[in-house]
Amino acid sequence: MKTDSPFLELAGDAPRVRVWFDGLALDLPAGANLAAALLAVGVQVFRHTPVSGAPRAPFCMMGACFECLVETGGRVQQACMLEVEEGMQIARPHEAEANDAML
Amino acid sequence: MQCCDLAIIGAGPAGMAAAAEAAQQGLSVILLDEQNRPGGQIYRDVDRAAGTRGAILGQEYLCGATLTAGLGGAGITHLSGAVVWAIEDGFRISFTRHGRAGQVEAERIILATGALERPMPAPGWTLPGVMTAGAAQILLKQSGVLPRCAVLTGSGPLLYLIAAQMVRAGTPPLALVETQTAASLMASARHLPGALRGWRYLAKGLKMLAEIKRAGVPRYTGAANIAVTGSTRAEAVSFRSKGQEHSIACDTVLLHHGVVPNTQAARSIGVPHAWSEAQQCFVPETGTWGETGKDGVLIAGDGAGIGGAMAAEFAGRIAALKAAEELGRITAQERDRRAAPLFSQRSRETAVRPFLDAAYPPYAGALRPADSTIVCRCEEVTAGDIRSYAKLGCLGPNQAKAFGRAGMGPCQGRYCGLTVTALLAEASGQTPDETGYYRIRPPIKPVTLGELAAMDDPAATAAE
Repeated sequence: MKTDSPFLELAGDAPRVRVWFDGLALDLPAGANLAAALLAVGVQVFRHTPVSGAPRAPFCMMGACFECLVETGGRVQQACMLEVEEGMQIARPHEAEANDAML
Repeated sequence: MQCCDLAIIGAGPAGMAAAAEAAQQGLSVILLDEQNRPGGQIYRDVDRAAGTRGAILGQEYLCGATLTAGLGGAGITHLSGAVVWAIEDGFRISFTRHGRAGQVEAERIILATGALERPMPAPGWTLPGVMTAGAAQILLKQSGVLPRCAVLTGSGPLLYLIAAQMVRAGTPPLALVETQTAASLMASARHLPGALRGWRYLAKGLKMLAEIKRAGVPRYTGAANIAVTGSTRAEAVSFRSKGQEHSIACDTVLLHHGVVPNTQAARSIGVPHAWSEAQQCFVPETGTWGETGKDGVLIAGDGAGIGGAMAAEFAGRIAALKAAEELGRITAQERDRRAAPLFSQRSRETAVRPFLDAAYPPYAGALRPADSTIVCRCEEVTAGDIRSYAKLGCLGPNQAKAFGRAGMGPCQGRYCGLTVTALLAEASGQTPDETGYYRIRPPIKPVTLGELAAMDDPAATAAE
């Protein structure tokens, strides 16, 4: 998946830990910004909007736009305000509503 | 609850400099910031990135480390990872930190909340793969992540900085698509004599442009009709430049046409704001010290009007001296004596602004977008929707919420507020001041019931 990423990741020294994004196992740098780490391994759609089901991804990277919302730890949170932790289970939020909107 | 003389919100250049100066004058300071490490967006993660990416990011970025070092002094409590969601009179500041709500009390407040990218609504700007240029900078600074096939679109020196950094990192952008015209450059010429006081900025700009040119990055100027195309993600950016239609295939489109003050916190406590014609945005009304119409509240840095990182640093120290004088730690004479050099340094740093504002005006096509363009990203409200509300008698942004939920999504209007005001002002023939802005109410960031419930948990407090 990494080679398909539109992003280049400069070499870092952080050890990689396993997380899951929508059931897909990913090895991300421990302590990295979650949104940046997901982009770097090629995750392109973070969520679908509750209004029309349109795909969205990080836009501002500074906690202001709320486009990078993901569900983790039982809550919908901004991926750009989280750090990568071993074993994180991450999912796209609002999938149910998004699917309803697209029917 | 922790109490202090001065609470500072935001640990960018203004907030960090204010904290150090205030502590030096004997004030107890609590510095609250959303990020886990100080620096703000301009010096984001400078302490960690300096060693590994310093050569790419450049000397001016590395300067931020002197400010982060200043936070170690006595009298400063830095609450990192603290997301402020309410400020009440008195002052009581409520925030969420590590999954738990908390509060601090302060005699004085300095808001150092910095800037946001000016919203740049263009067709396709909500597609994955479209980001602000600032976002790309943050990705590079904090994470060492860069887009491989990117087009930089809009106007302003930040585009040159990012392009130069991408060149240094070995992934030059595919193109720079700039909206400023020869006419705007001509209009800016009359500000050049004043700008020469800030010649370092001009020299730096020319150096970056040379670096970009050497790398062979194509530049298009006077671009209009900008649109991002793609079905489920950005695939290309199309535009017209000098009478020619262009389309450049790419994975990432970085948008930028200036930054604007982040006014959410100031508005939430009723600080009066006014439209700035020069900066094409609302700015809080502040005095020379950063004092506002709200007693005890000072604003420093880009949050008070865009001046850049260096000016923000001086403004932070100026505001801190004012707070120290108001709280009786120094006399007015002492305050004035210490502030005098800071005022002249700040004025030198902002000398280049009128030139930059005139040379790189916002992209007109995004100030009043075409009907089909989404302006409120959260609620997917288009410019045409806003214009139709105006025809139905909608007078202002707050009524627009009732008409179609514009500004009512999670971003709370941060990326549509200026556009909605502009569209309604255009329809009614009124000024932006007459049209007004969204009423911003707490919580200014989301807070969960669980975080609130954890606030007064004695066990949690004891574990601290």
